[in-house]
Amino acid sequence: MTEPILKVDDLSVRIAGLHILQGVSFTVAPTGVTALLGRNGVGKTTTLRAIVGLTPRGGEVSGSASFGTVDTLRTPTHRLVRAGLGYVPEDRCVFAGLTVAENLRLAERPGAAPAYDRVFALFPELAKRAKQRAGTLSGGQQQMLAIGRVLLADNTLLLVDEPTKGLAPKVVTEVAEALEAVAEEVPVLLVEQNLAVVRRLARDAVVLAAGKVAWTGAASRLLGEPELTKALLGVGSAGVHA
Amino acid sequence: MSTFILLTLTGLGLAALYFLVASGLSLVFGLADVLNFAHGLFLSVGAYATWWAAGHLPGAGPTGFGFVLAAAFGVVAGAAVAALVELVLIRPLYSRTIEQVLVTVGLSLAGVALLQATWGADPRPFPRPEWTRGVTGIGGANIPNASLLLVLAAAAVLTLLLLFLRFTRVGLVIRAGVENREMVTALGIDVRKAFTLVFAIGGAAAALAGALGGVYLGSVSPAQGGSLLIFAFIVVVIGGMGSVVGSAYAAVAVGLLQQFVNYYGTAGLGDICVVALLAIVLLVRPQGIAGRAVTA
Repeated sequence: MTEPILKVDDLSVRIAGLHILQGVSFTVAPTGVTALLGRNGVGKTTTLRAIVGLTPRGGEVSGSASFGTVDTLRTPTHRLVRAGLGYVPEDRCVFAGLTVAENLRLAERPGAAPAYDRVFALFPELAKRAKQRAGTLSGGQQQMLAIGRVLLADNTLLLVDEPTKGLAPKVVTEVAEALEAVAEEVPVLLVEQNLAVVRRLARDAVVLAAGKVAWTGAASRLLGEPELTKALLGVGSAGVHA
Repeated sequence: MSTFILLTLTGLGLAALYFLVASGLSLVFGLADVLNFAHGLFLSVGAYATWWAAGHLPGAGPTGFGFVLAAAFGVVAGAAVAALVELVLIRPLYSRTIEQVLVTVGLSLAGVALLQATWGADPRPFPRPEWTRGVTGIGGANIPNASLLLVLAAAAVLTLLLLFLRFTRVGLVIRAGVENREMVTALGIDVRKAFTLVFAIGGAAAALAGALGGVYLGSVSPAQGGSLLIFAFIVVVIGGMGSVVGSAYAAVAVGLLQQFVNYYGTAGLGDICVVALLAIVLLVRPQGIAGRAVTA
């Protein structure tokens, strides 16, 4: 069995007195997409943010998250990112007042040639709109910029949080296609509510419920059993395609 | 007409002083979320270091190039003290707002006390180059050269700051950090290095305000920094946290309002009008003229 690229062990997060994660443990395979699923508010985003060191001020984090030889819970975020842990946050978080080119320039890492060819091959729209302020881009274009930023550097794992949230169906397909291409090169831990996208991209799935891991296994199995899907995610899986 | 020109240009001189203090304050708050009540201390350090250098530093003096050298010493001293304050006192407290306020207020009080203990509480005559004691006739009004010097210096600082923010990578990091500091970190950038630099830049600008404010007022005293800081905070809030251009607009508005109302109304009414302007801006546009984004 191949060694996981990320091993989360007994991760607990308490924010403002709320015990949001309670001993979460799972692994991420070194290839393909692992989907982190669950109903709203179960702690999916909290999990990603804890792994990358962005738990809000005052939050208490315990457990461990091994990314290679690095324990991410005890390493500053900027060092994790430089070590190859790319993070695409929920709601894109592009710098609205900066241009597309400036947003990308920020993601260049010292000592490494930025892979603009890779980014523009995947998202040609970004090259055309280089001088446009990111705040004036559509939601889909902002998502492409957010993903493009992390692709400028060579990463060994990407954490991607709800990349299709709030996007039109056509744009969802475009983003899913892009992520599919990305996942051929680098493993992805994906938080996603759109089960059609999960069905298309994910090989493995981890389901959270009430701050704990409720189920792990093959994504195809989870989505192939409507009763299981409904029990764990509260929605049916029939007819989900992207 | 000549009165109008005089009030306008002296008002702009006052605005220049406010801008020099407020620009750094605004960037520090916008980027690092630090309400730095010790910022007035950087002004005092600049003023006293310039005053000291004019009398003691080899090559420096009260006139000509000697004064430029003395002011440069003051600016470097202000930047160094600001960077030191960030590294030693503020850095361990970035996630603790209340403690930050306590430390910066305490530092400001301790700084004033230290200056008083060293050089006394009374104002000291400040070295004033010959040209700054004179006036220049503009449109029939005799404008104090010290006011013109302040306006020119503030315009130069504004231009340099905008060029720095627009064309350097650190400037880009600062502009992005003002929008979303966390995301800058998530792109692999150690944003704390930018914090130190912004403190140093703010300290340098405040120290320049101290040096030129000494020329403008003709004296230097320990409490000068604190009294200017109050108006600088008002300028920052009106201009929008983190916006250098917003600070410039707000400084001009505050400086002119104060000068005109104090002249045509009762002395001191200008200050009340400035506070009223602050209240109106907070009610109508709480994010200030230029919001949080740094305009470059």
